[in-house]
Amino acid sequence: MDHKMSRSPWVIHYDGSSCNGCDIEVLASLTPLFDAERFGVVNTGNPKHADIFLVTGSVNAQNLPVVRQIYNQMLEPKCVVACGICACSGGVFRDAYNVIGGVDRAIPVDVYAPGCAIRPETVIDAIVEACGILDQKETVMRAGGDPLTVGGAATWDGGVELGEDGFVAAAGAGAGVDAGTADGAPAGKPAAPAAAKEAE
Amino acid sequence: MAHRSVIPFGPQHPVLPEPLHLDLVIEDDRVLEAIPQIGFVHRGLEKLTEKRDMHQFGYIAERICGICAVGHSCGYASACERMLDIEVPGRVQYIRTILHELSRIHSHLLWLGLLADAFGFEALFYRSWTLREQILKIFESTCGGRVILSINEIGGLKHDIEDSELAGIVQTLDAMRPDYEALVHTFLDDNSCGERLHGVGVISKKDALNLSMVGPFGRASGVDYDVRMFGDGAYAGLAAFEPIVATDGDCYARCQVRCAEVTQAMDIIKELVGKIPHDGIGGRTKLTPADGARGEVVIEQPRGEAYYYVRGNGTKNLDRFRVRTPTSQNLAGLTHALQGVLLANVPMIILTIDPCISCTER
Repeated sequence: MDHKMSRSPWVIHYDGSSCNGCDIEVLASLTPLFDAERFGVVNTGNPKHADIFLVTGSVNAQNLPVVRQIYNQMLEPKCVVACGICACSGGVFRDAYNVIGGVDRAIPVDVYAPGCAIRPETVIDAIVEACGILDQKETVMRAGGDPLTVGGAATWDGGVELGEDGFVAAAGAGAGVDAGTADGAPAGKPAAPAAAKEAE
Repeated sequence: MAHRSVIPFGPQHPVLPEPLHLDLVIEDDRVLEAIPQIGFVHRGLEKLTEKRDMHQFGYIAERICGICAVGHSCGYASACERMLDIEVPGRVQYIRTILHELSRIHSHLLWLGLLADAFGFEALFYRSWTLREQILKIFESTCGGRVILSINEIGGLKHDIEDSELAGIVQTLDAMRPDYEALVHTFLDDNSCGERLHGVGVISKKDALNLSMVGPFGRASGVDYDVRMFGDGAYAGLAAFEPIVATDGDCYARCQVRCAEVTQAMDIIKELVGKIPHDGIGGRTKLTPADGARGEVVIEQPRGEAYYYVRGNGTKNLDRFRVRTPTSQNLAGLTHALQGVLLANVPMIILTIDPCISCTER
């Protein structure tokens, strides 16, 4: 029998620090006008039931552990979709003092879906793209491989780590995306972004 | 034997699309106390005024919340206009108010849908949201965006909404009415809806006043307060305005108030479209605020009274931007309403205050 995850992907939605605009559009994409349910998409509140994780909004020190926890509770194969520009990079709030950056500062992201606010068509498009990755992951897993070699996890730089006080080391905050993707080593961040911030 | 324990509610919970965390202290299945914990959505955007100039900040202000976006951008723009002493044309005020009332309809329909979802009436949830799409279609055809419209500038509008488009809006709303009335009939008269809503989470008028509750949440408890009744801006052009008030203070009354407010908003839009003046749409001002100039505005958001404060410092950046949103007022009422209720009713009560966490935390 031909097993395919993508025939009925269940999604879970979490609002990082979004303005609600993307959240209501994610929900709107499931309602009859756009009707993502015709692809078998079901919205669930339980991470253990979900295949695709739709995250809206950027991450901050308070919600970063929550995003990670939901991600870790989900079972492989799983996919992460960053919904909206804030989830992709921090968006207009990128320079705000309490924003660390996009969702890829917390967990590996497989599909980046831009927009402010994201349009329901884009949400559906991203879910369909994520379904393809789910299928790839499933094939790899059936062959005895590691699902982390597929999708965003394969190239992920590890994001940011919170210190014991629950905060990101001061200099890393707010400039995470640049530093993270440039050198790929979270430890190498502090000096340059701090100087850049001072200069502003 | 009564057994006492603490249950964490949220931040990820299916009833709300937003992260709100509550520690529920329960005895058997009765809630003794609810302790809210917030900060999951805090971005610190009031401080962004230091990095973005006055005009750029309009876009940030609009993104305080994606549901009340129109109200926030109108509130910010009018506060800045007061600070700069600009008198905007009447048409600008009318169009802002029409869009604001449209967003009230979309916000209340969204809430009605979530309410239906919370008590497990999935079909009703879909009906409400399908109806809401018609309002979003109006937004899309007149402004380009579905939730974030970006039509306001400090000193006017970015583009006009033609009279023919305004007539089209009224036509759409008129066509929606029968469907909407059928929807309200289900919410207010259906037995299964009534059973879930009647007598749940009651707040008396005295408590509502003591807890400074605002918006439909307060009006459902008999608090006769709606910022629109002061007749600021285009509301002055209305022949009459009466806040919609209910007296029971339970979940049913909150549903009743919001249902009636949608019809009221439709009437307001119809009246304003009939009276709209043709005196231009203004445009982005070139003025810079004087050092210490201040502007304050209070508007009625879908969720209640919102207060905007701006202060200039002689540069293009604002010295201070402050907004007090309705949900921060209503959180005290929420924790009060949760005392002594059954655990099974908690999601319903949290939902009926219509919390907007991203407004509250910014």
